[in-house]
Amino acid sequence: MAQDIWVVIEHAGGSPKKISLELLGRARQLALNLGGKVVAFLPGSGVKAAASALGARGADIVYVVEHSLLATYTTEGYTAALSDAVRAEQPSVVLIGSTAQGRDLAPRVAARVGATLVTDCASVDVANGDLTVTRPMYTRKAIGTVALSGEGIRIAVVLPAVYPVPPAEATRTADVRTGQVALQPGRIRTTVKEVRAIARESVPLTEADIVVSGGRGLRGPENFALLDALAKTLGAAVGSSRPPVDSGWVPHDYEIGQTGKTVSPQVYLACGISGAPQHQAGMSGSRYIVAINKDPNAPIFQLADLGVVGDLFDILPKLTEAVKKFKAGGE
Amino acid sequence: MNIVVCVKQVPDTEAPIRIRPDGGGIEESGLNLIVNYYDEHATEAGLRLRERFGGTVTLLGVQPERAKEALRTGLAMGADEAILVWDPALVGADHLSVARVLAATIRTLPHDVVICGKLSTDDNAGIVGAALAEYLDLPQATAIAKLEVDSTGSSAVVHREVEGGVEVLGIRLPAVLTVERNLNEPRYPSLPGIMKAKRKEIKVMTLAALGLNPEEIKQASARTRMVKLAAPPKRKAGRMVEGDADGAVAALIAFLKDEAKVL
Repeated sequence: MAQDIWVVIEHAGGSPKKISLELLGRARQLALNLGGKVVAFLPGSGVKAAASALGARGADIVYVVEHSLLATYTTEGYTAALSDAVRAEQPSVVLIGSTAQGRDLAPRVAARVGATLVTDCASVDVANGDLTVTRPMYTRKAIGTVALSGEGIRIAVVLPAVYPVPPAEATRTADVRTGQVALQPGRIRTTVKEVRAIARESVPLTEADIVVSGGRGLRGPENFALLDALAKTLGAAVGSSRPPVDSGWVPHDYEIGQTGKTVSPQVYLACGISGAPQHQAGMSGSRYIVAINKDPNAPIFQLADLGVVGDLFDILPKLTEAVKKFKAGGE
Repeated sequence: MNIVVCVKQVPDTEAPIRIRPDGGGIEESGLNLIVNYYDEHATEAGLRLRERFGGTVTLLGVQPERAKEALRTGLAMGADEAILVWDPALVGADHLSVARVLAATIRTLPHDVVICGKLSTDDNAGIVGAALAEYLDLPQATAIAKLEVDSTGSSAVVHREVEGGVEVLGIRLPAVLTVERNLNEPRYPSLPGIMKAKRKEIKVMTLAALGLNPEEIKQASARTRMVKLAAPPKRKAGRMVEGDADGAVAALIAFLKDEAKVL
């Protein structure tokens, strides 16, 4: 098992998250180089049925650990499950998605099993026995290349949306293995009381292919409706720069930038955002950047593939209508 | 309540950095150093707990001598004591080793709650808090946006921002908490606070004093190497469109369809 690559599957009721599928796809590619198998680690309660879908996305083995105490994510429950499994199986590499859950879990597991760990990875490769990653540092003023040497287990926490979701191959199947975890309720010292869904976020910000984002130029909370309407027609998520958050127009979970989220969608549409370095730290890894701003000297235009100098209050409603029309078949 | 707050000194995020020609890191000379942004929020959280429950706030850093300045900022905000751990063997230490050193230090202190920033803005790793919780065998709540401690100080309810929602988590104390920026608004140091902080002694400890083996730390850290630090690929400014809204919309639709291929 020593050269195997594990992917920790994050799921909602057995349905894997996009980031987990992205990592299965990447693990498949790395396995060609490393020579081991791709193992999907699936913790939970009543999740076995999800195993076949993971085979279709590239897993050779689905390693299921089921326990009533794993029905909801808790740090200590999942740490015990993953730690016991990797201690027993000694994979070479463990890939974990950079999500609220993944960032909470990975350091704890690394500390417990004595693995090496690198987070916030914008790429993951295997070369000459090393696991080599790139990661943004110093608020994205620099990109660090970090190598984890071949001894022991190596854990990489990888950013969402940097690798494509692999196509499902219906004929591909995985072996299902069952692992054990010894868990006593007293060992889990946190209780999830509730998870309050934020309904307006149709697509999670960090998973969206298109992000429509607003800044100070929107002038008030009510004008985020313009972004909501456009996002709805595009199937996009809505984000913001820091000023709207500090002004209380939108909650903190909208914020993209150094003190908020890092996103790397296919298209980032910045509306009324000047583009301070703090904001760039969270979005300059996007594939395409489009900016609408009335100030032709706004720094955002320095990194925009398409810059539109104009009034977003005129442009956004018309753009929404044009997208609707386009999607309806006309132009 | 005995509160320990971990503090890191980092380069000013507003200022440019210079990457060393050998790509091994950044030039330290002339660098403006500040307290990690999130650690100010952690300090504020600690001070508020002390105001409610009494006790002490102890600041803790694992960095060279220069980081005393960052600890003094926290003392000026109102923290009671500060400890700086340093040893030449810690140059290039990985995050897990730093967490191990923090844990060894915290074990020598009474601690009902340990508070860290959710990450530091220099390397953006976010590893230390959760690893520290593991080494101390304490429960953890990471990246919390709200903290409510019960009247006896034995448990807390916290809010964590998760994808598409907010997780409401109950946690027993003692615990390790890492904090988001919207948890609180850090206070500014007062003038008397600044004067008082200047006179306070910052305790300096070595690995040996903590019973840690410098060679082991070096060996563990050597498994993680920075190969290269480089400037990010420069994005080039692209096409600019000016004029009326209809022209802009046409350009936007064409871009989304033909270049970005998302329509």
